[in-house]
Amino acid sequence: MSETPKTPAPAASGRASTKKELPEHFKGYKHVWVFVEQERGQAHSVSWELLGAGRKLADKLGVELAAVVLGPDNEATRAITGEAFCYGADLAYVVPDPVLTDYRNEAYTKAMTDLVNTYKPEILLLGATTLGRDLAGAVATTLLTGLTADCTELDVDADGSLAATRPTFGGSLLCTIYTLNYRPQMATVRPRVMPMPPRVEKPAGRVIEHKLDLAEADVITKILAFVPDRDSAKSNLAYANVVVAGGLGLGSPENFQLVRQLAGVLGAEYGCSRPLVQKGWVTSDRQIGQTGKTIRPKLYIAAGISGAIQHRVGVEGADYIVAINTDKNAPIFDFAHLAIVTDAIALLPALTEAFRNRLSPHSRDRLAS
Amino acid sequence: MHIVVCIKQVPDSAQIRVHPVTNTIMRQGVPTIINPYDLFAIEEALALRDKLGGEVTVLTMGPPSAEDSLRKALSFGVNRAVLLTDRFFAGADTLATTYALATAIRKIAEVYGAADIVFTGKQTIDGDTAQVGPGIAKRIGLLQLTYVSKIVSVDPESRSIEVERRSEGGVQVLRSRLPCLVTMLEGTNEIRRGSLDDALSAARATLVKWSAKDAGVEDIAKCGLRGSPTIVKKVFAPTARAKKADVIDFGTQAPAQAFVDELFKRQPNLEAELAALTRGY
Repeated sequence: MSETPKTPAPAASGRASTKKELPEHFKGYKHVWVFVEQERGQAHSVSWELLGAGRKLADKLGVELAAVVLGPDNEATRAITGEAFCYGADLAYVVPDPVLTDYRNEAYTKAMTDLVNTYKPEILLLGATTLGRDLAGAVATTLLTGLTADCTELDVDADGSLAATRPTFGGSLLCTIYTLNYRPQMATVRPRVMPMPPRVEKPAGRVIEHKLDLAEADVITKILAFVPDRDSAKSNLAYANVVVAGGLGLGSPENFQLVRQLAGVLGAEYGCSRPLVQKGWVTSDRQIGQTGKTIRPKLYIAAGISGAIQHRVGVEGADYIVAINTDKNAPIFDFAHLAIVTDAIALLPALTEAFRNRLSPHSRDRLAS
Repeated sequence: MHIVVCIKQVPDSAQIRVHPVTNTIMRQGVPTIINPYDLFAIEEALALRDKLGGEVTVLTMGPPSAEDSLRKALSFGVNRAVLLTDRFFAGADTLATTYALATAIRKIAEVYGAADIVFTGKQTIDGDTAQVGPGIAKRIGLLQLTYVSKIVSVDPESRSIEVERRSEGGVQVLRSRLPCLVTMLEGTNEIRRGSLDDALSAARATLVKWSAKDAGVEDIAKCGLRGSPTIVKKVFAPTARAKKADVIDFGTQAPAQAFVDELFKRQPNLEAELAALTRGY
């Protein structure tokens, strides 16, 4: 979140406030780790976003940033490991093993917990994807340590504790959570919440290969097939350059097509706030906010959305936010850049028409001449 | 088949309000509901029982008032409802919660028979962590199948289960083994209405109520706030941006046209970018 609560310096809120020493056996836990998630040879970009966030924590702590790469022993795994260095890792722990070819909880949990128990990181970050959440919950329980889900801000305080901030109470407030007496301190972050760090071409650094002591015969769960989503069914919402979304102010499910029409004219993806999903007006893959997608478009147009924190944390990364709402006191006007106090139902069709005229090839020619 | 479904009673988040001055949650009068994601787990369990025979036990940990959600579950037709309630459980984070629930599931196995499948929803709407399902699985040593969109088949004889699981970019078809823990994805089924008989008996039914001791908890220090490795240090409302949105005054102009003009005047680069995006439309 670019403009989130710069809360008072968390100096006294971590360990200092408890007056308790970290248990002796955890004192050797050092360095920041980021799990680099890959499936079918493709790294998930949330991993690079996390390396960007992890870099800041590691620099502040004066420790190293390590990438953890689990996967088959092949070229793709090596290429992904190389990429991790370009996104800021100082070193990489790699477990290359055919058992890790496709994600399965049993094998990945064992690989990750073995690595943690062997090399002892103080902080472990994972993407809050279906894979990352499945893995993080299992790993944290196996290690009996704390895990904070879906963080929107990560920081370390003066005594080195991880301060993990996330929305709470259904997204109406924020809270900062510490794991003071256990290690590693684990957190997940959803895709697009952290900005993508710049990629800097760099030679691979130190790679520590770890052997997985697990035979395929010992993994009970087998993958019978993988059915990729049809392209048409995939929404590119999280990575769209322009997003138009509607909320309860649209009044009825039929009016949601006004949002889709404007999105169509802008070449944009469309989305909605949580109540529309709960009412069944729009499918959940279109939900924007803490429990839906986080977006970082260049332009975000919110029509009839009040802007509860739940929604706000999902859109604050947008470069430019335009809000249309009848209520001039709606919280969305606190973080939008440009506001129109009017009824979205009436404005949207006219807006669609105005954009269509402005962006049509004909008017572009005129503009050029 | 014995199926255990873990549910949670949650405040209806659509109706939570934050006190504008104190930034505290105004709990009074907020109705509570069964976590909506858990309804998919309950229905899937009932459908499996209808097909394969056996029993469904619903389990929740919470204050005595969580009885409401258990009675609701009974009205859908589950066979038995267990309420795990004790002041020692208060303030539990996900790790402490999984300790208590896993202990209770072991006790349920002792008293009513071992669970072949433990179901949960994919996450709750108040915590949104999705950590409790995996945590229970690890604590009991169950195979873990999360984000399941379809149970293709369950064979109690060969102890095998086949499911479709939502993953990034597609669906994994997995074969695993009982006993396992399944977290159900939303939209996978529709909760039944429940029969009139079930509705009537739900109101009168005797719930199984267990304290920490009743459930077989051996180490109270692993429960509730004491057993939680995470500590919430601060709850706060986000500060407003220093600068609020500029509100356009349209005067006498047609608002849509004026808005588009204003937008591109303020963000000159956007027009070229939008034109590039819409090329070919």
